[in-house]
Amino acid sequence: MKLHNISMGNIMRRKGKMIFLVLGLIIGISTVVTLLSITESMTKDIEASLNQFGANIIMVPKNDNLSLSYGGIDVGGVSYQVKEFDQKSLVNIRKIKNSKNLGIIAPKVLGPVVVNNRKVLLMGVIFEDELALKNWWLKKEGVFPQKKDEIMLGSQAAALLKIRAGDIIELSQKKFKVTAVLTPTGGSEDNAIIADLAKSQEILNKEGKISLVEIAAFCQGCPISEMTLQIAEKFPNAKVTAMKQAVMSKMQSIELFKSFSLGVSILVIFIGSLLVLVTMMGSVNERTREIGIFRAIGFRRGHVMQIILLEALLLGIVGGIIGFFLGNMVALGIIPIVIKEGTFAGINSSLGIISILMAVALSLLASLYPAFKASNMDPSEALRSL
Amino acid sequence: MNQVEHLIEIHDISKNYESGDTSINAIKNMNFYIDDGEFITIMGQSGSGKSTLLSVLGALNHPSFGKVLIDSMDLYNLSTEQRADFRSEYIGFIFQSFQLVPYLTVIENVEIPMAVTGIKKKNQREMAMDVLKIVGLEQKSDRLPDQLSGGEQERVAIARAIVNKPPLILADEPTGNLDSNTATGIMELLKSLNKDGHTIIMVTHNQKMSEYASRTINIVDGEAFA
Repeated sequence: MKLHNISMGNIMRRKGKMIFLVLGLIIGISTVVTLLSITESMTKDIEASLNQFGANIIMVPKNDNLSLSYGGIDVGGVSYQVKEFDQKSLVNIRKIKNSKNLGIIAPKVLGPVVVNNRKVLLMGVIFEDELALKNWWLKKEGVFPQKKDEIMLGSQAAALLKIRAGDIIELSQKKFKVTAVLTPTGGSEDNAIIADLAKSQEILNKEGKISLVEIAAFCQGCPISEMTLQIAEKFPNAKVTAMKQAVMSKMQSIELFKSFSLGVSILVIFIGSLLVLVTMMGSVNERTREIGIFRAIGFRRGHVMQIILLEALLLGIVGGIIGFFLGNMVALGIIPIVIKEGTFAGINSSLGIISILMAVALSLLASLYPAFKASNMDPSEALRSL
Repeated sequence: MNQVEHLIEIHDISKNYESGDTSINAIKNMNFYIDDGEFITIMGQSGSGKSTLLSVLGALNHPSFGKVLIDSMDLYNLSTEQRADFRSEYIGFIFQSFQLVPYLTVIENVEIPMAVTGIKKKNQREMAMDVLKIVGLEQKSDRLPDQLSGGEQERVAIARAIVNKPPLILADEPTGNLDSNTATGIMELLKSLNKDGHTIIMVTHNQKMSEYASRTINIVDGEAFA
């Protein structure tokens, strides 16, 4: 006979009451798990849209002029000398404090070229990075360029220049094969010829120069504003802009939901604890005589406390495990309703461990007073109820 | 005779219960001693204070005044936890109406006092079985208390009281709820335990039961007459 045998025996005898107690824990834990799972799925959903969004930081050389274009319409009027970055200095981007949050860094060189007697924008890119970043770029015809002397055209440029995939064009007396034409994207690339970065720098006489850098920070809740500041610090002559507006509103709604979840969790946990406290108090009061006998035959106060807290521990573990799985099941059912096209983020084992620990802590805390009361019963008073 | 030789010494103990403005003297200025190996019955009318005396002797009830020495130890000078250890080592209680734990089997009930002694589980089982043999219930060790008769439950209570081999057994009306034949059986059992060396103090109001005792202490209105 050990103290845990007494605890187990009592749990088995008072099944109804103990189920009621565990139910309190299950409701508390499963609510928290459900809300956390929904929040996690929502965050993953945002993360996915962030990744779809592509670059979220743009770095351009600083200039003192105001832009005179809007929505692709340039009203001109002010001429200024275009400033550029030194390509070698770009390694500094990866030296910022939050460098682990950096995804793709896509530098570009921009400049005009003449094709078929028309001035066209030439955009020099590193194809591998650019295509990874602009995953919404679709080719209308052909294949994406593989070699340095292969190029592709934006839809508008191809139409106006009457060039198709497979054609050969000449840029600064160098021949290039057009391997692809993009579908319209609505962006600046519609009007551009897109070529290899090094080749473009050569054509534009801008060797080692970069006009613009697009940076992707692929992560959930990246401190984007902070990262732009960190980059700006490394490049005093650059204007670094975070393009976060698109995800800001979604992030805000997640923050709101998180606050709401926290509020509900605290409330439900409070009610759960109250349920444990009331049930344990009832159990202790019912066992006055039994506790009196234990004390009379030599159990210390600590032993009585151990018996009650051991019961709380066992019930906490059971409540935590069931609550965790029930919470996940509810989340699995509820997420497709709450989040459009949302999918269940999966069972998070560390959340499982936290749930069990939380249930145990809750059960122990709520049982502390009943256990203390039981252990402090005067054995002669307790035996008077015999 | 040197006082230290007595197993139990009661010096000027009184126990008062306060109830509102009135004070009830359950025990009044008692003085007596009990020697090792005695079989004492404490006789008295109900409400005379005999159960209070038993709880004071059992280190369960702090007297308002006076001293209780058992084996030269001043019981109420010990801390609460030390008194618990003392009870575990020195005293076996047999309660009125058996007071078995209903969700534990017969053998588990007998093992309860050993749960706080550090005796290994295997040894506990052997020791519990040994005392169940003494009380003649080894065949019913796996039953629950409510599957036993009153006399059998009393035997389990006795087995539980003696399993830790305490020198002192305190019994509160052990035959109060039993028919006369069963009561005689229980008294014979207590007598044999006394012969085996246990000092027994038994509270009863049944004159017939006092015949088994070596000495009787009569309590009248909280006062002891040895």
